Amino acid sequence: MLDDKDRTFTNLYGLHDWRLAGARQRGDWEGTRELVLKGRDWIIGEMKTSGLRGRGGAGFPTGLKWSFMPKSSPDGRPSYLVVNADESEPGTCKDRDILRHDPQKLIEGCLLAGVAMGASAGYIYVRGEFYNEAQRLQAAVDEAYEAGLIGRNACGSGYDFELYVHRGAGAYICGEETALLESLEGNKGQPRLKPPFPAACGLYGCPTTVNNVETIAVTPTILRRGGAWFAGLGRPNNTGTKVFCISGHVERPCNVEEAMGIPLRELIEKHCGGVRGGWDNLLAVIPGGSSVPVLPKSICDEILMDFDSLREVRSGLGTAAVIVMDKSTDIIKAIARLSRFYKHESCGQCTPCREGTGWMWRVMERMVKGQAEIEEIDMLLDVSTEIEGHTICALGDAAAWPVQGLIRHFRPVMEQRILAYKAAHQARAA
Amino acid sequence: MSADAAQPASFAFTPEYEARADQIIARYPEGRQQSAVLPLLDLAQRQHGWLPRAAMDHVAAKLRMAPIRVYEVATFYTMFNLKPVGRYFLQACTTTPCWLRGSDEVVATCHRVLGIGVGESTPDGLFSLVEVECLGACVNAPILQVNDDFYEDLDGPATERLLESLRRGEVPPMGSATGRQTSAPAGGPTVLTSLSFDAAPAAGKGTE
Repeated sequence: MLDDKDRTFTNLYGLHDWRLAGARQRGDWEGTRELVLKGRDWIIGEMKTSGLRGRGGAGFPTGLKWSFMPKSSPDGRPSYLVVNADESEPGTCKDRDILRHDPQKLIEGCLLAGVAMGASAGYIYVRGEFYNEAQRLQAAVDEAYEAGLIGRNACGSGYDFELYVHRGAGAYICGEETALLESLEGNKGQPRLKPPFPAACGLYGCPTTVNNVETIAVTPTILRRGGAWFAGLGRPNNTGTKVFCISGHVERPCNVEEAMGIPLRELIEKHCGGVRGGWDNLLAVIPGGSSVPVLPKSICDEILMDFDSLREVRSGLGTAAVIVMDKSTDIIKAIARLSRFYKHESCGQCTPCREGTGWMWRVMERMVKGQAEIEEIDMLLDVSTEIEGHTICALGDAAAWPVQGLIRHFRPVMEQRILAYKAAHQARAA
Repeated sequence: MSADAAQPASFAFTPEYEARADQIIARYPEGRQQSAVLPLLDLAQRQHGWLPRAAMDHVAAKLRMAPIRVYEVATFYTMFNLKPVGRYFLQACTTTPCWLRGSDEVVATCHRVLGIGVGESTPDGLFSLVEVECLGACVNAPILQVNDDFYEDLDGPATERLLESLRRGEVPPMGSATGRQTSAPAGGPTVLTSLSFDAAPAAGKGTE
């Protein structure tokens, strides 16, 4: 098990003082000036050494992403850091804890990431429903300004960096980085076509990098302890620690920071008191937030929780939001509810997603009752593949994958439901 | 009362809200004041209780936006209430993680205790009930958001107690109904137990 001394989020549960004084006692803002003075190339180098992959779901190498930002600005455009705190992926609630319990880690990370990408300002886009969390973050930003840690001559380093908190207003799609930028510019949150990528043309047409809260908040600790320290945790190509959110049918749902690559079973049994009714009562797990395909118990028995392991079994680590379902679960209904979610959250821009998410949801609702034909399972699968990959952003994929995972692993359950419905209705008709 | 009948003829920020609006606009670069549209619509909703057309027009004028652009935004984002809502705006999360932990019971309890269905308000204007998508507090499911605050780890009886308190005008502290420490497992954390930073644990809940 990961040692406490290797955990970054030492106030994950809010047991200690979230204010600047408390954060400093936990080591935040220690030697930040020196880290800033080491400069962008050093910071990016350490981040590459650490092997950190983005914690928002896609798992793109962070150091590499930062290196895409322009080194100079011949046309005078500023560069921006934007932090994605629009945490809305069903099952995920880790950034919430960082915002309310460890906000200084995020703020310090913003400064250091800002230096690494030559950004003069950062915006933290917090989902609208996190009103209290945003209030607390704002209070923490105010404290950091008052202490001279950010703003003009941040930490006495000579670097100027402004930081602002911006609240959304209820739209899952704004977690998609270009939709987030549209929203931050005061528009409907509809994703942009890429290219151009934000690093070339992002917020206000300026070079921009969008990072997840956890990615940024873990940065100061990586830079203080060294990229090699982080790379020594977890598994190759899947390094470091990660905040896991375990919800659903476990005895004690919780958030917990663990090493990447921890076996799923160990994660659940060590920190959550096990599956409700014991491991053998497990039906299925969605391992990385609602968008990734569901896994049946047989895979859960052995699977490791990291990007590559989960990809091998045709699922994903996503946001590391582990949704556990025991044998009492109507798995078709559980996935149908996710279909409804995606139908609700589709921004309506691309036809395959706008029409397809609604269509899948309606078919899924019939599948819940069994009021369908067996052949329609294949039709559902087929339509899902017509949505996947045919939209501007990944919401279409995210809507298709849960349905595909259901069909891949639970087709017999769907067939039985249909046959049972037919039997009941034929009997009634007879 | 229909929404149209409720529409006020005009709207203006009070001096206090006006000052907050100006403070928000200053966060964005010169000429990019449109970025403030979400926060300003939120302010308008806080001042008025919901978001009438006149408030959208006021925000549009203040940000020098075409009114249609503001209407587009106001109708795109779910948190803007374009019709009046009750003093206690109940938002029950029913997405899969909450559903697995009993959100049906939370919604059914609201229905039984208040006599209203999803999308309805009590005649006394005290409560409105809506269903919302994932609130992002899934390890504390099920969640009922009341105005700005999350009530977590609910079940039927806890929901009923919450509603009864609100009915008496008492707003209980937000957070877990079972009294557990935020997102830590019930019974106490399994990690971070070997660290000590400060003598007294800070209050886990509440912001000011």
